[in-house]
Amino acid sequence: MNARSGSSVWLVALMFLLALTGGSRSQGFAGLGTNAEGFSVPRPGQAFRFPADHGPHPDFRIEWWYVTANLQSADGAQFGVQWTLFRSALAPKTEAGWADPQIWMGHAALTTKDRHYSSERLARGGVGQAGVVPEPFSAWIDSWQMKGVQGSSGPLNNLDLTASGKDFGYQLSLSAKGPLVRQGDQGFSVKSAGGQASFYYSQPFYDVSGIVDVAGRAVPVKGKAWLDREWSSQPLAANQTGWDWFSLHLDTGEKIMAFRLRDEKGGYTSGNWISADGQPSALPPGSLELTPLSSVSVGGRDVPVAWRVRIPQRSFDVTTTALNEQAWMPTRTPYWEGPISFQGTASGRGYLEMTGY
Amino acid sequence: MYWAAATALLSHWRRHPVQLATLLLGLALATALWSGVQAINAEARASYGRAASVLDQNRLAQLVERDGDLISADRYALLRRDGWNVSPVIEGDVRFGRERIRLIGIDPLTMPPEGQSVETAEAQDLFDFLSPSGLLIVSPATAERLEGQTAMKLKISGQMPDGAAFADISIADRLLARNGGLSRLVVAPEQALDLGRLDQLAPGLTVRQAGDRPDVAQLTDSFHLNLTAFGFLAFAVGLFIVYAAIGLAFEQRRSTLRTLRALGLSLSAVTVTLMVEILVLALVAGLTGVVIGYGMASLLLPGVAATLRGLYGADVPGTLSLRPEWWATGLGMAIAGTMISSAQSLWRVRNMPLLATAQPRAWARASARSARFQLVAGLLLIAVALTLSFTGKGLAAGFGVLACLLLGAALLLPAILSGFLSIMQGRSSHPLAAWFWADTRQQLPGLSLALMALLLALAANVGVGTMVSSFRLTFVGWLDQRLAAELYVTARDEDEASRLRIWLMDRATTVLPIWNVEGEVLGETLQIYGVANDPTYRDHWPLLRGEKDVWDQIATGRGALVNEQLWRKKGVEIGDQLPLPGGWSVSIVGIYSDYGNPKGQVIIGIDKLAEHYPDVSRLRYGIRASPKAVPALKEQLTGEFRLPSENVVDQASLKQQSRGVFEQTFAVTGALNIFTLAVAGFAMFASLLTLSGIRLPQLAPVWSMGVTRRDLVAFEIARTLALWLATFIAALPVGLALAWVLLSIVNVEAFGWRLPMHVFPADWLQLGLVALAAAGLSILIPLRRLMAVGPSELLRTFANER
Repeated sequence: MNARSGSSVWLVALMFLLALTGGSRSQGFAGLGTNAEGFSVPRPGQAFRFPADHGPHPDFRIEWWYVTANLQSADGAQFGVQWTLFRSALAPKTEAGWADPQIWMGHAALTTKDRHYSSERLARGGVGQAGVVPEPFSAWIDSWQMKGVQGSSGPLNNLDLTASGKDFGYQLSLSAKGPLVRQGDQGFSVKSAGGQASFYYSQPFYDVSGIVDVAGRAVPVKGKAWLDREWSSQPLAANQTGWDWFSLHLDTGEKIMAFRLRDEKGGYTSGNWISADGQPSALPPGSLELTPLSSVSVGGRDVPVAWRVRIPQRSFDVTTTALNEQAWMPTRTPYWEGPISFQGTASGRGYLEMTGY
Repeated sequence: MYWAAATALLSHWRRHPVQLATLLLGLALATALWSGVQAINAEARASYGRAASVLDQNRLAQLVERDGDLISADRYALLRRDGWNVSPVIEGDVRFGRERIRLIGIDPLTMPPEGQSVETAEAQDLFDFLSPSGLLIVSPATAERLEGQTAMKLKISGQMPDGAAFADISIADRLLARNGGLSRLVVAPEQALDLGRLDQLAPGLTVRQAGDRPDVAQLTDSFHLNLTAFGFLAFAVGLFIVYAAIGLAFEQRRSTLRTLRALGLSLSAVTVTLMVEILVLALVAGLTGVVIGYGMASLLLPGVAATLRGLYGADVPGTLSLRPEWWATGLGMAIAGTMISSAQSLWRVRNMPLLATAQPRAWARASARSARFQLVAGLLLIAVALTLSFTGKGLAAGFGVLACLLLGAALLLPAILSGFLSIMQGRSSHPLAAWFWADTRQQLPGLSLALMALLLALAANVGVGTMVSSFRLTFVGWLDQRLAAELYVTARDEDEASRLRIWLMDRATTVLPIWNVEGEVLGETLQIYGVANDPTYRDHWPLLRGEKDVWDQIATGRGALVNEQLWRKKGVEIGDQLPLPGGWSVSIVGIYSDYGNPKGQVIIGIDKLAEHYPDVSRLRYGIRASPKAVPALKEQLTGEFRLPSENVVDQASLKQQSRGVFEQTFAVTGALNIFTLAVAGFAMFASLLTLSGIRLPQLAPVWSMGVTRRDLVAFEIARTLALWLATFIAALPVGLALAWVLLSIVNVEAFGWRLPMHVFPADWLQLGLVALAAAGLSILIPLRRLMAVGPSELLRTFANER
């Protein structure tokens, strides 16, 4: 863990803390590798119950609502948008008022070819400053929100997404063209050989239209978006130091979710091949090869921004290129998150997230 | 040439070491008092500033409710969701065991970096800070006070002001029982551009701009002005010494100067040499003074800190740091003061006729013209003081009256003394007595500066002493009225309070609730108390003014009492409607005295208080019981009822505590008084010493006419005593006038209360004896010198000087 001090001395290592229980020493990236005493732990074979599971699970330690979008303006300029709401519990309960142990954190970013804009918000639950309501769906922190459009067929099928920072902002409409996708084994996503896991489902089939505001200039955009919902109490093993995570929109309409959790050895890889009509097929550990090709210095660290992604079983072999290699999130827990494109046996766009560098 | 001239001029000091010591010591003492006082002020101001920036985040704008209510958490969330970057703060006083501290609950998740002055860099600290068991961030001194008083974890930060603690907002919410209500919202400097309008989004909220001066700094202004005035007085007295010593040194070196000029040294070279000399002396003395001032301030600061805490609730650390704003100004004052005091002498050197013979006493011959000038200036100043005292307003006018009065009286002193001596001389038939008075009068110009200094010091002592004693007398009487209940108890929580009320029902005569809420009234945050309808108040409460049926009006909820401070400061009158927090108002029916409280206060009926402020803390009670039953009841309360002993206070110890605070308040004034008197005594000593050196020519002829040296010594003693007595008598009316100004102008402005003046002649006698001792001491060395002069020297002087 290599938390750089942000502007605020209080919050140098918030993510550290957010995942801590009982003040034990943190391990793994952002303290995600600690024990989960008192918190619920994901077990296989538990079916999701919607819409309740779109809402928060305060008895689990961490949770997120994570949207990434690959967008394009009429003149062909590429944009990437990130909207994330994290929930982190100091205790496995919720309370009304200031004493609520649920802490919320929002990250928003807008990436262009030349610039990467980002902003971060923090709030505690209990007073209405941040939270998630499953139906009608609404997730918010301060003025940022992801809100279900009334009258749509499912709570997450049509969403309005807004966020703004000092010099950027966006207002997007998301419309799902496919079903929700359960990752892993019916939503039970294993994260290490030792069995650490999370609950994980996605909506990778959003069509997007809207406006991005780049330093005061409003640009109409269209594109695709991907929503990830994940919660757990201990998704990482103690020896895992970070992850490289891909979400790929293939031009064929297929989707791939693939990740590698790094440790001192070869790491743990896993993923999901999603057909154009939303049928997932898990990519078992070892069936996925993720190879960094070249690194650049970002945020003072060496970060591999070009990758070779191979899935031999599917004869899939592509090379990824970042839209902007400097897509660094200089947040309290810094990480790389940005739009990519890929060429090879297939082509398309997607998002890459790299933590723990 | 310069060097030779300098050596020649400097040799004077080698030959007159006592004169050198007088000059240096006088200047050093004056600088010490000035810079000491400034050091105390600078420390206090720095501490207010730090408290304001650390605790109040006053470098950032704030949102508060216009009528002083709490801001609801919902409203906060609405503002945030509308895009306002604001951060909530809950603050209030909280008691941990015996210690009461100011608790500031903040939300580290939203507090902008500019509002976070205390570092907790470790993730572990933040975790502890946010944890439900809580973490208090306190100064080392506060940590020591809280030792064993709370189970909460303490984290020490050197940046925290004393007497305050940071905690997570959830902890403050719980400890202060606010139910989510916020004291204020800190506004981050960085805001989105397209924000909604505040008056639409949150009607009732108002913006307090960044950088507003902290309340406590305004509150304590008068106190620091007081100290500054004292420091300045002492400095002025000290300058008299410097003036006298430098004047003498220049006169005595006239012949040397003339020789140097005759040898071809240019006038400018002489002036430069002398100026460099003065500058070096001022630097040496100034530096010494700053060092002494530091020591003095270190000694006084704990007392001042206690005073400020007791009187204004302002927390100032008891230790001093070296700040350029006081040591540099101290040094600057020393140099400037020396230059001013030597300007006249330098001027005379420049205009000195090259060939005129030396006149060693020339400096002492105050011309008739300058005496007249002094008289006129003195009368004018007194007139200004009189006019100002009737027409002036504000603290500055009060101090203006003081300054004019003191300076005017000092300037008039030589004329008064001279008149007194002329009358005495005219009445003496014996030639020796006539000589005695005439000779004394002739010495007057040389001594007059020292006597003026003595007059100032004595008058200040009489004035301040009278004020303090008047205050004490009034205060003690007022305490007897105000603290009428026999026992004062505080329950630890509401539960215990209700059990206590039931428990006391058949054990006490009456149980009087002492409940209060804090709120904003007429733009000031103050306490609103509720009182029960009870004879205790009707019989004892110290009302200054009130309608006849005051207590009935209070009991029925129609009326309110305000304290003298609020009445004077806000100019409200009986019959006025007083708007209270929560949007209701009552009419003012009376005014009561409330000494020792810097703020306004309001009293309403207890039922109205509970009705409008249902969340009022119901923990404190006054218990009426027969005095004989009090010790047993106290025992039962701590034993049977298990209240901690510090929560049960009897009337006597409460009075003792209050008196302790009072005495502490004026301990500093007393100490400064003594210092000033010491400087004046030293001025007297310096002047007498100076005169004794040049008086031989006057004494020699008298001696040669057959008056023994023993008789001459007796005459010298008598002369000193006569001058001292005359000055002392003159100082009494000046001191009383000073006391009047302090009590009826300065105190009203500074504290918001007016006190009746009482006169204490016994104190004057004591002061007179101290001053007499100083005068006696100051004459010892000159007398020893006179005794030691051999007849041959007297003869020689007689022969040579005539």
